[in-house]
Amino acid sequence: MSAPQGVEKLEREHLVWIYRQMSRIREFEERVKRTFEEHPGVIRGHTHLADGAEASIVGSIANLGPDDWFFTTYRCHGYPIARGTDPKVMMAEIYGRKDGLCKGLGGSMHLTDVSNGFLGTSGIVGAGIPHATGAAWAAQIRGKGQVVLCFFGDGASKQGAFFESLNIASLWKLPIVFVMENNGYNVHTRTEQEDANRAAGEDLSVKAKAFSMPGVTIDGRDPLEVYETVRTAVVRARAGEGPTLVESQMYRLSAHGNIIAPPGVPLHFPEHEAIEKFGAPEEYEAAKQGDPVPAFRGRLVADGVLTGEEAAAIAEEVREELQAAVDFGLQSPFPEVETALEYTYA
Amino acid sequence: MAHELPYIAAILEAIQLEMERDESVLYFGQNMATTENEPFVDAFGNDRVRVTPISETAEIGIAIGAALAGYRPVVELYMAEFMLVAMDQVLNEAPRFRGMSGGQVTVPIVLKAGYGFTAGWAGQHTGTLSALFMGVPGLKVAVPSTAADAKGLMATAIRDDNPVVYLHHYLLTLDHGEVPDGEYLVPFGEASVRREGSDVTIVGTGWTVDRALGAAERLAGEGIQAEVIDPRTIAPLDLQTILESVDKTGHLVLVDQATRHASVSTVIAGEVAEHGFGSLKAPIVQVTGLDATIPYSEPLEAYVLPDDDKVVAAVQRVLGTAHVTA
Repeated sequence: MSAPQGVEKLEREHLVWIYRQMSRIREFEERVKRTFEEHPGVIRGHTHLADGAEASIVGSIANLGPDDWFFTTYRCHGYPIARGTDPKVMMAEIYGRKDGLCKGLGGSMHLTDVSNGFLGTSGIVGAGIPHATGAAWAAQIRGKGQVVLCFFGDGASKQGAFFESLNIASLWKLPIVFVMENNGYNVHTRTEQEDANRAAGEDLSVKAKAFSMPGVTIDGRDPLEVYETVRTAVVRARAGEGPTLVESQMYRLSAHGNIIAPPGVPLHFPEHEAIEKFGAPEEYEAAKQGDPVPAFRGRLVADGVLTGEEAAAIAEEVREELQAAVDFGLQSPFPEVETALEYTYA
Repeated sequence: MAHELPYIAAILEAIQLEMERDESVLYFGQNMATTENEPFVDAFGNDRVRVTPISETAEIGIAIGAALAGYRPVVELYMAEFMLVAMDQVLNEAPRFRGMSGGQVTVPIVLKAGYGFTAGWAGQHTGTLSALFMGVPGLKVAVPSTAADAKGLMATAIRDDNPVVYLHHYLLTLDHGEVPDGEYLVPFGEASVRREGSDVTIVGTGWTVDRALGAAERLAGEGIQAEVIDPRTIAPLDLQTILESVDKTGHLVLVDQATRHASVSTVIAGEVAEHGFGSLKAPIVQVTGLDATIPYSEPLEAYVLPDDDKVVAAVQRVLGTAHVTA
């Protein structure tokens, strides 16, 4: 079982790898969510979950080679899991502990793992797009065939940073793939309420036309469709032919984030906006029917790639791994307070 | 050995030398590198020297990304106000990444921008924004007032592993000065005592250093010996040199082109009031820009800015000698 790293034909071991990574991300997010109930106060501030995005995340990340880079949004737990970052140190980071990935200084919204090519996370919508574009410029200058995956949401595609960066990326033919995860909601606002293309009944990938780059819209709940699409874009980028905009459509299965509340109010995850705000529980239930994790498991079992027993064994291993991550995070001490000033300047 | 250069050429000499020394240094911005005849393109090629669209958010964001990926970009922004278009990148992206990552990354970028162009540029291209950047943890801010410092501070800025806002004063652009040959570095956080004196300390930055020096010359005619200090970088800020001078003179006048509550001088005043109160024989006096959008018309523009006369008057006030010349 190993990461496909952009191979043309996915073998059984790759398919199982994809399924395992999707399962690990789902379980990680479930354990983050449960922490709010089981260990009140351990997670502070604002936390955003990737459940529903697993297929898109893994199908994209599976294309990266060892020297490639990626940048993400504040909804950033899934990518490093697929890339090989230890969930223990990720959970410790989200718990604000000394053994955290960023020594407890970043938290849920700012995961970074340079050793795995994860160069940074901005919590400001759209702000990371130029960072990824700059890294792609660095890759182009270096000339070693590196590519950059730039992940952002549908909401970010209305930011100036998006327009400015895609223009330059196309103009300079930078080796970058822009993966726009369209989960149907910009925080609590539906896409058609804030996107002219969507309101006109068009896919958001039409924005690519403004920058003379390929734009494609895909079912982001199908990891193999994501893999193939991003693979094509990565091959194009590595060949020096420039960027691609991929609109990966999916449905966020949790609310935007945990409730926003001042200290003293116990935090929790509310119901999804479709239920809580728009009074459309049927929309949410329909989305649950398309949940990418059980869907892919069912497909692998039906295709004879996995037996039911093998799938159950993976689920059990993943549960144990993530229980250990929670235990590790809870047992890790808080950082020494002097750490607060240690990394202000290099 | 030294040679004479205009302030602006001294900056470019530093960039050129650093690009020769270190191939990870990049230089890019608007309206530059548009032909192969331009010296930087000719010397370093279009991989490292590029023209960008008018897209400040992307320009600065791209610099951050290239820095995270191992390069040392210098962004040519021309005017400090253009950074206002991209303030998230300047104040809330570049200086945050090292801290948020727990020290995993560095962001060695230089944001080169002119400021204070009070030569008829009216309301939107004349600001003295330096103090806006100085209180942001993670950012460094250089404000050279001489050609030599312009060169030495730029070289240091490029070699620094942190994001540096490098603000060159537009009114000094063509001022000539002696500039050391070859490699020349001016350390950050070390003020320059531009004139020694025992009666009063005057602190200025950028163009107001010259106002302080002009005033000091006139005051010398009255038998008043003013010490003039140029901090050269305001983040880090060399308070020690200022406090030692105030301990000697007992009097402090601060000159700043910015409006009072957005000025470096007010920050220094607060620090000296807290840490040097025992040395002060009279209240601190600040000579700052007046609270106005910089007007276009020449006498109005002059009215709202510090000048030598205002600095002389401030020194006389702080020394209690105002009645002598009144």
